Amino acid sequence: MTFYEQISRNKWKSALLVSLFIAFVLLLGFFVGYIWGPERAIVGLIIATVVAVTMAITSYYHSDKVALAAAGARPVMREEYPYYVNTVEGLAIAAGLPVPRTYVIDTPAMNAFATGRDPEHAAVAVTTGLLEKCNRLELEGVLAHEMSHIKNYDIRLMSMVVVLVGIVVILSEFMLRMLFFGGGRRRGDGGGDGEGAGVFYLVILLLGLLFLVLSPLIAQLLQLAISRRREFLADANGAMLTRYPEGLASALEKLTREAVPFPRASKATAHLFIVQPFRKAGGEKIHRRSSIWDTHPPVEERIRRLRAMAGMEGMYTQAAMEARLRGEVPG
Amino acid sequence: MVALLIVIAALAFLFILTIVYYYNKLVRDRNRVDNAWHQIDVQLKRRYDLIPNLVETVKGYAAHEREVFEKVTEARAMGIKAQTVGEQAQAENAITQALKTLFAVAENYPDLKANQNFLMLQEELAGTESKIAFARQFYNDSVMAYDTDRQRFPGNIVAGMFSGTFTPREYFEIEIAAERAAPKVQF
Repeated sequence: MTFYEQISRNKWKSALLVSLFIAFVLLLGFFVGYIWGPERAIVGLIIATVVAVTMAITSYYHSDKVALAAAGARPVMREEYPYYVNTVEGLAIAAGLPVPRTYVIDTPAMNAFATGRDPEHAAVAVTTGLLEKCNRLELEGVLAHEMSHIKNYDIRLMSMVVVLVGIVVILSEFMLRMLFFGGGRRRGDGGGDGEGAGVFYLVILLLGLLFLVLSPLIAQLLQLAISRRREFLADANGAMLTRYPEGLASALEKLTREAVPFPRASKATAHLFIVQPFRKAGGEKIHRRSSIWDTHPPVEERIRRLRAMAGMEGMYTQAAMEARLRGEVPG
Repeated sequence: MVALLIVIAALAFLFILTIVYYYNKLVRDRNRVDNAWHQIDVQLKRRYDLIPNLVETVKGYAAHEREVFEKVTEARAMGIKAQTVGEQAQAENAITQALKTLFAVAENYPDLKANQNFLMLQEELAGTESKIAFARQFYNDSVMAYDTDRQRFPGNIVAGMFSGTFTPREYFEIEIAAERAAPKVQF
């Protein structure tokens, strides 16, 4: 039953996210219009409504494309990676879901994510590094984790976060840059219309300050979407799907041990991935203390919990699974 | 008097609503079970389709291993003919054993092992084997969900009222986990 609770909670949170976003943009529109001239506030509000609704609809229907494009993923056919596609198909059967679209990201970094608005419109993406370095059981574990995100409707919330929070983050960074670097120059360029440029600068300044004040809230919003429980739950549900927790546990170990930097992962997409992407070479992030800014729970803790599941009734033994890995056909 | 009638009508309405809700839930569960059963068949058929191709490919490199081919083909024919679930399970076991032998034989032919077509068929068969196992797992999971809804209150009342519609479904015979854990055969 917690499973259905999780689904309805995710749908509810997705709706909340959109409402917050629309409210934020409406406020912004009203504010900008008002600064320009009190009688223009209503114009600002109308423009903001159009913008907010368009963006909300876009984020609902196209967030998967945005997330895939941002990660540099390309679609793959069965011919190229038959065992990847077969594994996804098999897990879709096990989960009783339609087969999601399959993508790869060409990078030696090891990571994976799922996206889409519901199980009927879902996609999974894995890096070529992961396909090369993980064995079948590990790949199965990783993909089962992603399949659980799909089944739970985690993907809807997490993908919408990419677009909506992404827009807010980009806007806020843009405004701050305008504020600190663009402002002075713009005042000089003003030429004949000195007063208009002054008002413009003021607007930018105020907006920048507003975003500055709001950025902790934005981060909080991200936290709302990426609660650590979500990852633990996907780990556990994934293990129930493969009936072999060790597959994901050893994949997680490998993913962390061979920390290859993944430059295409950004702040807006980091929470999508199965493990937090590394920004720099050397993987110095592994041994650092966990902080509240982490998008994922500590990998060691996830591995510990998975291994604790291994002895449970109904799970496959290591010998049996390894026999399967060697190509011996199981009964 | 009117108030009492309204209360009775409301209760009756609530009762009917509950029945409809649980009836639909049980229908959904039962259809999922049947669909899951069908899914196993789809994957088994896929395996039957792959076997002749595999046999032909291996024959090209190891024509004299006739015994092995015969065993595989025989087991496949037995599976297609199977009428009961028991027969089916027996045939599937025979196919699995025969394929194991076939792949073990293939180990002795380096040219065959480098053949793209053979590698692809091997991958497809391994993928299909996994899918069969996953389909059986999903079938058993679906039966369990169906049983739970049939046995829990108030689903048990609805299931009792329509006992002809919500007939019990059996779990898949073989305990797959135990089977996987069985000691592997050495060749």
